[in-house]
Amino acid sequence: MSSIALESLDTGTGTTVEFADVHRVFGSTHALDGLDLKVRPGELLALLGPSGCGKTTALRLLAGFDQPDAGSVLVDGEDVSRLPANKRDMGMVFQSYSLFPTMSAVDNVAFGLRLRGRGAGDRRKRAAELLDLVGLSEHLKKFPHQMSGGQQQRVALARALAISPRVLLLDEPLSALDAKVRAQLRDEIRRIQLELGVTTVFVTHDQEEALSMADRVGVMRNGRLEQCAAPAELYQRPETPFVAEFVGTMNRLPGSMVPGGVRLFTQVVAVDGVVPPAGSDVRALLRPEAVLVEPAGGQPGDAIVTTATFFGAVTRLRMTQPDGQEILADVGSHRAADFPAGAQVRISVLDRPVLVRPESEATAGTVPGRA
Amino acid sequence: MVALTPTAGAGGLAETQTGGPATSSRRRRRPGIGRGLVLLICGIYFIGPLVGAFWFSIQDKVHGGVQFSAYAHVFSAVGFSDAFMLSLKLGIGTVLISLLLMVPTMLLLHLRAPKFRPVVETLCLMPLVIPPVVLVAGVGVVLAWGPNQLAGTPLQTFLNAIQSGKTPWVLILEYVVLTLPFTYRSLDAGIRSVDIHTLTEAGLNLGAGWGTVTMRILLPSLRTSVLNAAFLSFALVFGEYTVASILQYQPFAVFIVAAGQTEGQLSTSLSLLSLLITWLLLLLISLLGGRNSTKVDI
Ligand SMILES: Nc1ncnc2c1ncn2[C@@H]1O[C@H](COP(=O)(O)OP(=O)(O)OP(=O)(O)O)[C@@H](O)[C@H]1O
Ligand SMILES: [Mg+2]
Repeated sequence: MSSIALESLDTGTGTTVEFADVHRVFGSTHALDGLDLKVRPGELLALLGPSGCGKTTALRLLAGFDQPDAGSVLVDGEDVSRLPANKRDMGMVFQSYSLFPTMSAVDNVAFGLRLRGRGAGDRRKRAAELLDLVGLSEHLKKFPHQMSGGQQQRVALARALAISPRVLLLDEPLSALDAKVRAQLRDEIRRIQLELGVTTVFVTHDQEEALSMADRVGVMRNGRLEQCAAPAELYQRPETPFVAEFVGTMNRLPGSMVPGGVRLFTQVVAVDGVVPPAGSDVRALLRPEAVLVEPAGGQPGDAIVTTATFFGAVTRLRMTQPDGQEILADVGSHRAADFPAGAQVRISVLDRPVLVRPESEATAGTVPGRA
Repeated sequence: MVALTPTAGAGGLAETQTGGPATSSRRRRRPGIGRGLVLLICGIYFIGPLVGAFWFSIQDKVHGGVQFSAYAHVFSAVGFSDAFMLSLKLGIGTVLISLLLMVPTMLLLHLRAPKFRPVVETLCLMPLVIPPVVLVAGVGVVLAWGPNQLAGTPLQTFLNAIQSGKTPWVLILEYVVLTLPFTYRSLDAGIRSVDIHTLTEAGLNLGAGWGTVTMRILLPSLRTSVLNAAFLSFALVFGEYTVASILQYQPFAVFIVAAGQTEGQLSTSLSLLSLLITWLLLLLISLLGGRNSTKVDI
């Protein structure tokens, strides 16, 4: 295993990728509309975004299956836009099962090595090592149709890694798998990626996947990059309303600016970042876990619980304020019994600087999601 | 045409059975009489004529009783080996040319120019709706008209070349057209059952060129359907009578009919023989196609 790591270290790390103002138009669809993105050497960058936002298109341009209409794709500073796919040395794992059906697992993995003129013994040894790395040392001779979906994607990963790719490309490799296999393979991909240190671009529309695996997450919308940041930062300091609502769940509570912060319920909370002038109406962006609730104890409260949804460790309360404003709060599930539907609750917020947006700022299309 | 009978089972054989589990489990739950009856009726329908033909071919009309002289004479009959070799040549030639023509066409069509698919499909299925007689009449007209009108052009040379010489190219080319629907259908079914887009991209991604992708990835994945196409074409050519006889060639089918006019038993035994050959071919194809290579070629 160490030999794999060493071999890949020679080629894998240090590769940078850059999309510079890349456009790709299909008929009337602007699949990529000026994409700017830099991938750092050795990092795992997740491209996250709703369906149709251009993630796959970006990955295909990088792999060389498609050419940009304008702008350029740079690998290690060199424009590869016109380099054919088979000269790019990128290992790709596809969303659909892509193993060669007439070849066994080991032959699939060895295919790229064979094309690179490696001797038979050498090929077999390295293919076996890689299959071992993905936990399939028992299945060397199996054919794709004899393997489960998860196993096939592991072989596909080994096949992509076998050629010591400059960049590893993953296009929703887990989307066809069931939840458990998915979580397992997700951890494994991350482990292997860290072990090999190969620059990786991972496309997904599953934010949980993106946040849990990536060094940085690039959120895309309508063919552009909205924000690219480390998962925690993206979650805590979304730069645009779209990111705020797409990543995790966000309350947008109306409040007014007063000296010292924003007034929310009875509190005045400090503002994070740019502070709007006092007196202006704003929306405060609050995660459900930053909203604190107490039973009103028979008194009329700030809101009424409408539904309680159990998520395991936490239960999410959906509440309605008298003015009709909805608000979400997470409480530890052990306290859930205190908040049945119809209960009156008092609301406060965590005393931590909050992000605010001017009231006038257009709201992003609400995307349901939970973090 | 006799030879075409078993191909009803062979066409798309491997491909169309994918939807099978539901049907077969339903069948399994209803065993016994119904199934037996259907089998019996089909059996009688298919086997009955064959048994009758066989019985006819071994009757000794002079002395009564049974004799196998028709079969003994088959191989020594005048013209048999010429006709057989001609049919073999026509079959192989047709299969090779139509595969060489259609495999790359179909791959390109699916990978690069899917919007032309309806056009190509319509063109390829034409021979199904145009009777061979009409087709061959057209060919006859062109062949008769060409040499005069095109005198001195390369086209005339071509038209002459395909009609002269030992290999009846004109017949082979005509058969390539006649078999287009079958070739198209088999290849199309095969290509649809495999995700050739992703396989191609996976191959390119690993560094393979287009040639390698085609030869090492796509063709092996399409083996069954290529074999099916080959088999269907071969069987069709082997049993084809109309076109060959109008163009005045004497391949196997024409020979059988001619022989039948003088010697009924010989003709029947020849027909049975031709059926046997087709069946053997079918067996061969399903053996080749069904076998999953377990050889590790690394
Ligand atoms: N070959 C193509 N021809 C025409 N339109 C295309 C083509 N490829 C992509 N598009 C369009 O470009 C847009 C972006 O597609 P893309 O596949 O990149 O989305 P995506 O972000 O990967 O979405 P998903 O999460 O659903 O996979 C879509 O509107 C899609 O319909
Ligand atoms: Mg996609």
